[in-house]
Amino acid sequence: MSKTDLKGQDYESVLANANQAVAVFQHRRSSFAHRLQHALHVNPSIVPLIVLGLSIVVFGVLLGSKFLSPFALTLILQQVQIVGIIAAAQSLVILTAGIDLSVGAIMVLSSVVMGQFTFRYGIPVPISILCGLLCGTLCGFINGVLVSRVKLPPFIVTLGMWQIVLATNFLYSANESIRAQDIEAHAPLLQFFGTKFSLGGAVFTVGVVFMIALVLVLTYALRHTAWGRHVYAVGDDKEAAKLSGVKTDRVLISVYMLSGLICAFAGWAMIGRIGSVSPTAGQLANIESITAVVIGGISLFGGRGSILGALFGALIVGVFTLGLRLLGADAQWTYLLIGVLIIGAVAVDQWIRKVSV
Amino acid sequence: MQMPTPILAAKNLVKRYGRVTALDHCDFELYPGEVLAVIGDNGAGKSSLIKAISGAVIPEEGEIYLEGERINFSSPLDAREHGIETVYQQLAMSPALSIADNMFMGRELLKPGIRGKLFRQLDRPGMEKFAREKLSELGLMTIQNIRQAVETLSGGQRQGVAVARAAAFGSKVIILDEPTAALGVKESRRVLELILEVKSRGIPIVLISHNMPHVFEVADRIHIHRLGKRLCVIRPEDYNMNDAVAFMTGAKESPQLAQAV
Repeated sequence: MSKTDLKGQDYESVLANANQAVAVFQHRRSSFAHRLQHALHVNPSIVPLIVLGLSIVVFGVLLGSKFLSPFALTLILQQVQIVGIIAAAQSLVILTAGIDLSVGAIMVLSSVVMGQFTFRYGIPVPISILCGLLCGTLCGFINGVLVSRVKLPPFIVTLGMWQIVLATNFLYSANESIRAQDIEAHAPLLQFFGTKFSLGGAVFTVGVVFMIALVLVLTYALRHTAWGRHVYAVGDDKEAAKLSGVKTDRVLISVYMLSGLICAFAGWAMIGRIGSVSPTAGQLANIESITAVVIGGISLFGGRGSILGALFGALIVGVFTLGLRLLGADAQWTYLLIGVLIIGAVAVDQWIRKVSV
Repeated sequence: MQMPTPILAAKNLVKRYGRVTALDHCDFELYPGEVLAVIGDNGAGKSSLIKAISGAVIPEEGEIYLEGERINFSSPLDAREHGIETVYQQLAMSPALSIADNMFMGRELLKPGIRGKLFRQLDRPGMEKFAREKLSELGLMTIQNIRQAVETLSGGQRQGVAVARAAAFGSKVIILDEPTAALGVKESRRVLELILEVKSRGIPIVLISHNMPHVFEVADRIHIHRLGKRLCVIRPEDYNMNDAVAFMTGAKESPQLAQAV
């Protein structure tokens, strides 16, 4: 045995006397900022909830009962229902570290399919609606296959699908709208999501109820089912998820299909909201949904955030839009403030991430 | 001496990456209840061998046998379903999810009754209880909260969780790829004890390591890998570390007949 060999052999002998106390896991960081950071890390939708509460209070003080009436507050819900539903779809995709630029186009194409199948071919309304929902799911399936199996970046896939679906929509519909009166007379089921009912002074529509129910169901699925955990795992680290036994391709395809289906429901809700079937509606839905998701504290890098946050994000945008309009401010102020919120939200996301460092 | 059939064996494995041959008609045998160390230079093909027997890579030629039966893994999931658990060097964990969620990734427990069957609800308390038991069984209960995210753990603790996951679910074979590479002296010692504990439960282990003292301490046999194939298999009591390094690097002629079994 050489000298060096001996040197290398007994370095662990001192471990017998090692201070066992070191092994105790001490992690009591008491400063308020740290505790807040940790709370946000566990529950990232608190930030948008606080912002939402503050903005309601501020506009309530400025505008009084004009803003704080049940009618005005539920009007906000009606105005954000489409963006809220689309934002739920967008959240799912963004949680997997993807992005879906084709949500608006899928929504419009699905609504056009529902309308044209009914009026052009005379297909019974429920079957037309089913076809519209299938159309949305199919678009999502194509996105999902291209992202997971062909392994193209989601941004590129959905950028392409956005153009393809939108062009298909214009070609198929021949750029013709279906008038609200015709739908009301012949196929009222298409406007089902616009059905209004009131509780006190508050006015709700089926679309608003659907949006809230959808968010609650998705929150449950993401938190309490294996599928939900897999969505987060894929967004967090796809390779790690694969090695620990997640069928990542299936998860991705299911997410994009579900996103397409939700967009198709949004298309149905849009017919209820605007009354008619218009191939030119909803052009900004993709940007608006991404805005809601980002303000809602969902990380664009995937794996972090909750879908409840996206709903709060959509509501924040709705509160700002209505509040500033009631104040008589230039609409550009809304965009300016939303821009500030987006940057602020991403800055907070970066700060929350540092909890692990 | 009559040896039992190997629990995991490979014959004539070939794997090429373009013009690079990573495995060149390589053989491999793991016997029940043993710790087999796999050592070799960088680029010798250790990782490719491990990936081939854990399903992460599909070999172009050759056969793999589990308990004497021919098997073909097409994914790590396949191997897992056959009771082969692997701890990869990069640990394969989702940082934002909790320890319990990570341990059960891909094999979650559902609540009994309608809540599990119809609503697919996860049995969180059950999963957390199991995870806590497994971690304390392996002496890893320095972790306060089973619900804390994996990214809040230190490197050694993450390694511990990864090993505990494999030990908890690996019913036939556990493969550890460089389990002590990122660890301090004390944590390495903990992992070595873990290896012996798992072995004492009768589960064979494949250990890939560059750390000769660790290899010589826990291994029953040492598989020396060189230039894409098995050069020889030695027993640690027959040779010292210098010999092993000499064989592995080609500085010394290998004992051709030292196919220790």
